Amino acid sequence: MSDDHNLAIFRGKLKFKSNVSKIWGVFTLLSIITIVEVYLGITKPAFLTEHNLFALKYLNWIFLALTLVKAYYITWDFMHMRDEKMGLRRAVVWTAGFLIIYLIFILLVEGNYIFDVFDAGYVKFNF
Amino acid sequence: MDDTVAKSSTDNKTWDGNNKPLNASYGKMMMWFFIVSDALTFSGFLAAYGFSRFKFIDSWPIADEVFTHIPFVHGNYPMYYVAFMTFVLIFSSVTMVLAVDAGHHMKKNKVIVYLFLTIIGGAIFVGSQAWEWGTFIKGSYGAVETKGGKILQFVKEDGSRVAIGDFAVPIPSERTTQENNNGIWYESEGTRTSVSLAEVTKGFLTDESILIRTQYLDENGERTVLSRAESVEKLKAEGVGIVEGANLKHNEYGTPLFADFFFFITGFHGFHVFSGVIFNIIVFFNVIIGTYERRKSYEMVEKVGLYWHFVDLVWVFVFTVFYLV
Repeated sequence: MSDDHNLAIFRGKLKFKSNVSKIWGVFTLLSIITIVEVYLGITKPAFLTEHNLFALKYLNWIFLALTLVKAYYITWDFMHMRDEKMGLRRAVVWTAGFLIIYLIFILLVEGNYIFDVFDAGYVKFNF
Repeated sequence: MDDTVAKSSTDNKTWDGNNKPLNASYGKMMMWFFIVSDALTFSGFLAAYGFSRFKFIDSWPIADEVFTHIPFVHGNYPMYYVAFMTFVLIFSSVTMVLAVDAGHHMKKNKVIVYLFLTIIGGAIFVGSQAWEWGTFIKGSYGAVETKGGKILQFVKEDGSRVAIGDFAVPIPSERTTQENNNGIWYESEGTRTSVSLAEVTKGFLTDESILIRTQYLDENGERTVLSRAESVEKLKAEGVGIVEGANLKHNEYGTPLFADFFFFITGFHGFHVFSGVIFNIIVFFNVIIGTYERRKSYEMVEKVGLYWHFVDLVWVFVFTVFYLV
């Protein structure tokens, strides 16, 4: 059990000597990402907040991307998804991923539509 | 590893439950499937938050202005405390995965130390969350609520916030809260605020330098500040009550939906952390009395570990959605 860990991250570019050193390596990576997030959240650089891509500021896209990177390393290395069989990996990640993306897409489009209805002045507020 | 499941007559029969599909034991695989379903629950909550936020995209509270406190320190420090909480949870995830690793090597004492650190980390996080709730419920500056349920906040001309208690002029009165134990039992009123609307209005009319800030965002994403004349008119025409802090119906920081989602989502997550701490404590004592040593497998540590990492994983998303975006 102890010897079958996959010790390479970054698609094999960084290989750790032991599972313990891999854990600390991943912790360092997660900490750096969190520090970058907090720094951006406090300073809010103007060039990232001025423009939108699909109704979200660039800054928010960066936050979402960094969050997904963190989620990937927590799942793959802390939860040992890297060592599981491909079937289990896909059963968990693809199922949840598909349903969550679908739900978010539907609800955000609907929320945006209701905002437009209020904004255009047809309905002031009724629910 | 086989010793973690009860022995039965089906042992060694491939088609009677002894087979391990996907090379994962029954308990581990079921923990994964529970995690999938729990992840869908949380994403339902967070997507509902996104829905409401998009619905009120022009008037949603700015998290940087809501969560600005650090225990024992006065002043305006957005995000630092919640960043600390995030680190505590990530670090407790690290000690958990170290405990799992020590379990693979059958090092009982190391498992005990790392599990203990994980429990401490979880307790610090739950305590911090409770403090964060307390601060949010107590509020900071106070605001006036309008007829339509919107919020009017008070600022100086340079844009800095003013607490309603600082400029309200006291009006002597004998009024006390009507409680249902004195007088007619079915008549009671809600919490009395520290200052009344009349006192705030009087103070506002006296001090010419104070302006009203609405909850609507202008094109720069800042809250709209009204001119002095507009402010006076707005307060007189629409102010109906005082809001201090937040609960499920009123929220001095903006729309009450923000407070509802905050209480519900962080509360649900906090409940997960709390139950995770309980599971960790149970496993911790099982390790101490040598249960897993006798089973020759620490797989139970791995299973609660999966749950604990999941709690951390959810927090990563809650942190982004509530505090960053």
